[in-house]
Amino acid sequence: MSWLLRWAVWGFASTLVLTGLLAGSQRLRLTRLNLPFLLGSMATADRDKAKLYGLGLHLLFGLLFSGVYVAVFAAWGRATWWMGALTGVLHASFVLLVVLPAMPALHPRMASESQGPTEVRQLEPPGFLGLHYGVRTPLVALVSHVVFGVLLGGLFRL
Amino acid sequence: MRPTRIHDYAVIGDGHSVALVSRAGAIDWLCWPRFDSPSLFAAILDPDVGGTWRLLPVGPSRVTRRYLPDTNVLETRFEADGGVLVVTDLMPIHEERPPRVWPSRELVRCVSCEQGEVVLEVDYDPRPDYGRAKAPVRDGGRLGWRLEHGGWLYTLRADVPLRPRPGGGLYGRLTMRAGQRAHFSLTATDDGPAVLPPVGRFTWEHVERSVRAWRGWVRGCRYSGPYREAVVRSALALKLLTFGPSGGVVAAPTTSLPEVPGGKDNWDYRFCWVRDAAFTARAFYGLGYEAEAESFVSWLLRATWLTQPRMHVFYDVYGRVRAGERELPHLRGYEGSRPVRVGNAAAVQLQLDAYGEAIDAVAQWARRGGHLSRDELRMLRCFGEYITKVWDRPDEGIWESRSGRLAHTFSRVSCWMALERLLELHGRGVFRDVRMPVERFREARQWLREEIETRGWNQRLHSYVRVLDGDAVDADLLLLSWYGFEDARSERMRSTYRRIQERLEVGDGLLFRNEDDVREGEGAFGICSFWRVGFLAKGGGDFAEAEASFARLLRCANDVGLYAEEMDPRTGEARGNFPQAFTHVGLIGAALELEEARPRREPVWRTEREAWSEEARA
Repeated sequence: MSWLLRWAVWGFASTLVLTGLLAGSQRLRLTRLNLPFLLGSMATADRDKAKLYGLGLHLLFGLLFSGVYVAVFAAWGRATWWMGALTGVLHASFVLLVVLPAMPALHPRMASESQGPTEVRQLEPPGFLGLHYGVRTPLVALVSHVVFGVLLGGLFRL
Repeated sequence: MRPTRIHDYAVIGDGHSVALVSRAGAIDWLCWPRFDSPSLFAAILDPDVGGTWRLLPVGPSRVTRRYLPDTNVLETRFEADGGVLVVTDLMPIHEERPPRVWPSRELVRCVSCEQGEVVLEVDYDPRPDYGRAKAPVRDGGRLGWRLEHGGWLYTLRADVPLRPRPGGGLYGRLTMRAGQRAHFSLTATDDGPAVLPPVGRFTWEHVERSVRAWRGWVRGCRYSGPYREAVVRSALALKLLTFGPSGGVVAAPTTSLPEVPGGKDNWDYRFCWVRDAAFTARAFYGLGYEAEAESFVSWLLRATWLTQPRMHVFYDVYGRVRAGERELPHLRGYEGSRPVRVGNAAAVQLQLDAYGEAIDAVAQWARRGGHLSRDELRMLRCFGEYITKVWDRPDEGIWESRSGRLAHTFSRVSCWMALERLLELHGRGVFRDVRMPVERFREARQWLREEIETRGWNQRLHSYVRVLDGDAVDADLLLLSWYGFEDARSERMRSTYRRIQERLEVGDGLLFRNEDDVREGEGAFGICSFWRVGFLAKGGGDFAEAEASFARLLRCANDVGLYAEEMDPRTGEARGNFPQAFTHVGLIGAALELEEARPRREPVWRTEREAWSEEARA
């Protein structure tokens, strides 16, 4: 198997697990962080369609992000589960500290804390570390991304 | 604190859940996200513990209410000393292709001062999980007041200044002058980030959109006879009790509102009863709401699929069996009527009448060209075969008595009807290539008829009786003619009716269910009283009496046209769970029977002026 195919297969598999973990933790009432919905609602106001489109986008972005992991493994010269875990910690930190707080600026339907909701922007912003979506949100994000990294690091071979 | 009378509530909803709004401007019952979810407000069951959300003027005021015509948008008008305040309550209906993201659950309250100057008082005291959860309301600034519990976020946004109350909840006062408005939006979510609609002009757009949506739905009503307003109100109430995603219709949206004040007959009705199937389907079809009828029959076919050939008494809104029953001892109950129960142990009782009612509902669908799959046809056959094995067993009966099983006459009539309908469908060719044990069904149908006509008939009383070889009557016997078992004009049915009148009738055309209810001090039963009207209209009595009785029953509705399960025999006041689908189905059924019979009878409802105009035209 070429390294490109290995990346595609294991990157996609790890993304599926990450998506499942996020969805499961929502069903278990651990968090209201719903990344597919956040992504999909950028494209449509329809809740159901937003979830469907968002799922597609999330899987695609997962594959792209796994490319960054693969690049890290290549730079390091080997892929291990703990390398993946470490990259997962960095990835989760980036999502929690940079992506989520920047969401109100990126998302056309999201309210900002300084201005509040408007007719167009009605989605609740995530807040610092996504805490508006539940106090366990940072933990869920961290664990699921670490699992993503562990799987990718453990399965992908350079 | 004494609770508000059941009679004094109105209902708003959105096809997933409903809220009860009192004349005092209080939301005293709300379960989110579904009818059978734990409550957020339950002051109706315990004013101290349950939680409420009140919007009303300070000081005494005269209250009048109405639904905006042909809608489920409620308007409560407070005429206070200083001016007039109007509160508009609704749970918004969303468009199919929304231009914006909508909250999955929302309750909107708009206040406007129409005259003078009035001080509005706001008391927001949510208590999740039937008042058991201790969850503080936190200030989210521009994002509203937030309450988090069990993965759910409840957000209140308002353009009225509110402040936390030391004991929990929020409190506020605002002096409003003529022309001034205030807006409140309460949303709930557990699925992704909350959607926070802005309050103000946008809130009124919500109201207008919902008004348009409800009126659009009402325009689909084919009924054009007299008392249309009451019939349409009943249809709107039934629509509120329909769970949109599945089509299931809950018996009532409340639990444990007592049949006898202070009594123990307090049951959870937030589920979908199979018994109601035939009546509900007939009501929807009769009014021209084919889609609602069909989705209810589809729900029925899905719900009974996993439990066939047994049919449970009820299923939840998704068609799952919900057998558990438990008590909530921390709630005092309406007027001290303990226990407060959630869940209902009647789910696994044996009610043989359910088979007839369910199969009749499916037959109505099939008669209108509804397509049944091969598996569904096999399931119907399976039900028929089961009936041939169990029809002579004692059961809990249509009223799901908890005092043991008896050989109910009506259960046998219903089994007879089930076989009759199956044979009818077979005769119409509905069963196509699914083999039916036709002879077996015919034989069982004949045995049933013989048993009902011999042991279900009491020679001494000259009446059909509630239990085989018994000497008590039950209002369900009026349905023998409705089901086509016996003509309403027959001597047997007329004398049965006389006996029912003698033993179960109470002033103003109200009927008790049976003699047990009379002894136990229960209320008159809503649907039985409407069955009486239907029976008379079918020829069992005088048409004019039927119509007059119907008109009298309409006066037992509360000020916004809603009925509970039972009515106080003296005052006509609502008793039991509220509003009750069965009673509203009864009202629609009776109106349709009257309309069907009218061409053959004297149209007593016409005013002299209308009769004169007709003569003049002729």
